[in-house]
Amino acid sequence: MNPAFSVILFTTLTGASQGLFLALCGAETAARAGAIPMPDGHRFFALGSAVVVVLASLGLLASFFHLGRPKRAWRSAAMWRTSWLSREVIVLPAFIASSGLYGLAHYLGWRGTAIIGALGTVLCLALFVCTGMIYACIKFLQEWSTPLTVVNYFMLGIGSGFTLAAAFSALAAPDLAQAYAVTAALFTFIGLLTRSAALARNARLRPKSTLQTAIGVRHPRIVQKSQGFMGGSFNTREFFHGKSRFFLRQVKWGFLLFAFVVPLLLLLAAGRLPMILLPFAFLVQFVGLLAERWFFFAEANHPQNLYYQAIS
Amino acid sequence: MTQLALVIDLNVCVGCHACVTSCKEWNTSGQAGPLVDLHPYGKDPTGTFFNRVQTFEVGEFPHTETVHFPKSCLHCEDPPCVPVCPTGASYKRKEDGIVLVDYDKCIGCKYCAWACPYGVREIDEQRKEMTKCTLCVDRIYSEQLPKADRLPACVMACPTNARLFGDVHDPESEVSRAIQERGGYQLMPEWGTNPANHYLPRRKTEARFAQDQVVRADNPLKKDGKLPKPGVDEPSLDDATSW
Repeated sequence: MNPAFSVILFTTLTGASQGLFLALCGAETAARAGAIPMPDGHRFFALGSAVVVVLASLGLLASFFHLGRPKRAWRSAAMWRTSWLSREVIVLPAFIASSGLYGLAHYLGWRGTAIIGALGTVLCLALFVCTGMIYACIKFLQEWSTPLTVVNYFMLGIGSGFTLAAAFSALAAPDLAQAYAVTAALFTFIGLLTRSAALARNARLRPKSTLQTAIGVRHPRIVQKSQGFMGGSFNTREFFHGKSRFFLRQVKWGFLLFAFVVPLLLLLAAGRLPMILLPFAFLVQFVGLLAERWFFFAEANHPQNLYYQAIS
Repeated sequence: MTQLALVIDLNVCVGCHACVTSCKEWNTSGQAGPLVDLHPYGKDPTGTFFNRVQTFEVGEFPHTETVHFPKSCLHCEDPPCVPVCPTGASYKRKEDGIVLVDYDKCIGCKYCAWACPYGVREIDEQRKEMTKCTLCVDRIYSEQLPKADRLPACVMACPTNARLFGDVHDPESEVSRAIQERGGYQLMPEWGTNPANHYLPRRKTEARFAQDQVVRADNPLKKDGKLPKPGVDEPSLDDATSW
């Protein structure tokens, strides 16, 4: 596939915002259980939720740039019975609203923050499922058609969100920064494992569709001589990234380094080094995840490309 | 239940692209607006087409065959592009099985194109709406056209009659018989999309001669020499009798 920057930005931004929301709710739950001291006042949660809302809204805004007809976007809530995209369109605003309400409840000192947090958590997890399933449900995009796709949307979102929480708390609630850094390192490490599992799986994939099944001729040697036109078309633009295998390999090692290894080292060193490294860790991880998402799209080999192997 | 479809005979398709141009001509002047061409005279022209003819070479020289392969929407009976559409713009008609796009509902998210393994949906780069083969739904039911012309434009244009059009659910229809009798098949059966369009395979048409067909055993020319010539005044009946 040809990666669309709008979708890359959308999935990474909302993923991080979802992870940050889970981190906030996690901190409140842990503080209520007495595991950690309650962050002073409600300002921490209110500000954190504001960051969640801003990031998720930026993601939503980015997603509009992927639409040809953004003014009709309201229609996309219609087919929630069959379409994961439609489900996502419903769950995302609900998640933004509930995280906004969560922050507002903390800011105004309401009592029901736990209930709002629980509701937001459910929506947040549902949003991960929707985003992952949009890709995992297309069965002939074999690179995506695996539960690992959903798992990775979970883990990378939560990992980057907790890193963001560590970075945020380094500025807003330094007492929590260390705990967040450790959990962020844990989730980032799990993310590294699940993403590597997906990479290993996809490296061994054998495409089910071949030129033989594409045109229905049973002969081992078929060569395309003409795709029927010499100019470009939607088919030649949308489904191939146009980069070399070498470039793809570079991106792969690049994102493994910047989305996982470097942030992991920075997070683990958080106790010994100045706190300013935590925001830096998030920035590095976010850039790494942009590359990861680019690779995620570029790696998917659409069977329609079988029909566009030679211009003429 | 009716399922309209095309059956394309690869055995007689000569790759002339008449179906491509005819499709473009009809659909670019249709009610739904033009099939846009962007900078058609510029350096990098691009355009929307519902139908393409591609060419493949099968086998190794000198034992090769050139297969011309027309490709358009297959109007799958289980179309993967329909359930993924978030707005319901992409739909399959119950009454005749045609897969269509309601342009007014399309938001141009391209998800349906991703979900089509055949790559037969193309976004209109000007209107930013998804477009695809309509099986000439505005022709085949048109009251303005004479009955004989109520066929998809590509079918009308094909000079070798490689494109058949009809109801593949009616076992007596021309298309069903062609599929049955000439081994019609579907593309990429591995994804369970069950395309309504079928393709008829290439057939070997070799002339086979036995020796006695080339040289007739009872060749009268050879017997001529042995037979006595009838006398001029004797009755004669060519070949049958010499006397």
